[in-house]
Amino acid sequence: MDATPITKPRKSATFDDYALSEIRRAAATGIYDIRGGGAKRKLPNFDDLLFLGASMSRYPLEGYREKCSTDVWLGTRFAEKPIHLKIPVTIAGMSFGSLSAQAKESLGRGASTMGTSTTTGDGGMTEEERGHSSILVYQLLPSRYGMNPDDLRRADAIEVVVGQGAKPGGGGMLLGQKISDRVAEMRTLPKGIDQRSACRHPDWTGPDDLEIKIQELREITDWQIPIYIKVGASRPYYDVALAVKAGADVVVLDGMQGGTAATQEVFIEHIGLPLLGAIRPAVEALQDLGMHRKVQLVVSGGIRTGADVAKALALGADAVAIGTAALAAIGDNDPKYEEDYQKLGTTAGAYDDWHEGNCPAGISTQIPELAARLDPELGGRRLANYLSVLTLETQTIARACGKSHVHNLEPEDLVALTVEAAAMAQVPLAGTTWIPGLTGA
Amino acid sequence: MPEIDLGVTPLRELNGALHKLPKDTNETHWVIENPAGQHAIAAGLDAPLKVEIKGPVGYYCAGMNKLATVQIHGNAGVGVAENMMSGFVHVSGDASQAAGATGRGGLLRIDGNASSRCGISMKGIDIVVKGSVGHMSAFMAQAGNLIVFGDAGDALGDSIYEARLFIRGDVKSLGADCIEKEMRDEHKSALHNILSKAGFNGEVDPGEFRRYGSARQLYNFNVDHAGEY
Repeated sequence: MDATPITKPRKSATFDDYALSEIRRAAATGIYDIRGGGAKRKLPNFDDLLFLGASMSRYPLEGYREKCSTDVWLGTRFAEKPIHLKIPVTIAGMSFGSLSAQAKESLGRGASTMGTSTTTGDGGMTEEERGHSSILVYQLLPSRYGMNPDDLRRADAIEVVVGQGAKPGGGGMLLGQKISDRVAEMRTLPKGIDQRSACRHPDWTGPDDLEIKIQELREITDWQIPIYIKVGASRPYYDVALAVKAGADVVVLDGMQGGTAATQEVFIEHIGLPLLGAIRPAVEALQDLGMHRKVQLVVSGGIRTGADVAKALALGADAVAIGTAALAAIGDNDPKYEEDYQKLGTTAGAYDDWHEGNCPAGISTQIPELAARLDPELGGRRLANYLSVLTLETQTIARACGKSHVHNLEPEDLVALTVEAAAMAQVPLAGTTWIPGLTGA
Repeated sequence: MPEIDLGVTPLRELNGALHKLPKDTNETHWVIENPAGQHAIAAGLDAPLKVEIKGPVGYYCAGMNKLATVQIHGNAGVGVAENMMSGFVHVSGDASQAAGATGRGGLLRIDGNASSRCGISMKGIDIVVKGSVGHMSAFMAQAGNLIVFGDAGDALGDSIYEARLFIRGDVKSLGADCIEKEMRDEHKSALHNILSKAGFNGEVDPGEFRRYGSARQLYNFNVDHAGEY
């Protein structure tokens, strides 16, 4: 007789290989996993939206011939000197300390070439960064590491960071191995110790206080430069409304796919909203206050392509910010360093131990030998190329939808592929008029 | 000597005028009347001026001060002299929360009491409080000196780094990783110097103070210490 057929071994969908490996790691170490980057799990995102394009009722514009503008004004509400960007893509805040000086210089070079801005991070402003960034946004964070009025006055805008998408409600941690002499000096802390970045600002609590804090910043800078408020996506309608109330010129809304230098995996994957579900409530808050396009909205968190940029703009954003994608453009997780990634127990594309400071690409490190691997001129050119592609792709879509400015993209241009995306983006499910939560079946 | 009535002159105009003074100005002594608790008075000064404010001020008075001497004849709201870089700020009355927060240099003297979080995240400033300070003072204090003639509230110096705390009165409780340390001669000498700068030359005996600082046990994360945070 034939042997009894055996059922093919089946792994649990719940206790999959990753979950089991994490249980084993936790059991061995007794400590949660810390990593960099943003949410890695599958989330509803812009891939679940499609543009309709022009047809009988819409005229397209001719590619390469008819103008499709991409410029953005930020900070037109109160600032004497609002910012004018040539493209609707900016570089998100990332600190010197978490990143090498070469990486910061690369970001500045690339952004400046394309006429857009970069942003400092926790740890203050470096000369390399200021020198290579034609438009530089200076972050005011809870830690106030390196904060000084001279840098405030030589910034082109100030971004008050209330939260970030990877960890709304969380502070930061720069582990001791990344605290070089220079980083330690900038942050007024001993070399080699873990540097905690507080989760709350030291001198204000709540939106009423923040309004007064912003008044102080405006007084110090003589009302010249725009003031942004950055929030992690959690309660976007109320957070944006309160940011407007507090006097923001610009609101920056960061979804959970947005990266961080280091925090707990459980934080990154389980707190906050994906960007797709955050933009419409934010825009609704601005519209309800009569402030849409008057207080500009910059969104970030998982932007990869010009299609993502176009979809964010169509949903009502004025611009997007990129962080993880910008790092990838200058060489992060490049397969050419696969051998080094293997030595670190990972593989190109998956490396996220940015907090450990051993980045083979010379980006999230303070080790001089590793940082020297990144040529800032080349990194800058690569970033400029990437920003150019994002812009061209956005224009391609906008022209196909008949728009002479990328800001003319609108929700009406979009449909959703899934019920979830339709509900979050508040656009119809493809082939229907159904917007879950807004219209009948 | 310019005298500005803030009941008449808009704050923005005053601060703008203070910021625009040429380096060689003769107008180095300003008097501000009727502050009436307005916020951000004399914020962002960047010159060796003397600014006297005749009355109570709101939030962030003398915020991010550099070089200037700011005398507040009255009480001060939240965040007086926050992130001060250098210079001298003197409050004759009480100060609200977060006095001298994140200050990187200079000297802040408060003749009355200071509320909670006095010297929070201080980064090099010296703060002298003749009265008492509230809870969570010197939280995450990185550098500088906090000197208190009276008492300190709960959780003094919680998660402190390298700042030094000198308290003459009682401490209700110490925060995580903050301990009492030996008061050696070098500390008495340093304390004497700061007190002299603050205008207490010979009036106060440094030997009456007790010193507190970091045990440095939480400087590098250790899961065995997780319960102490």
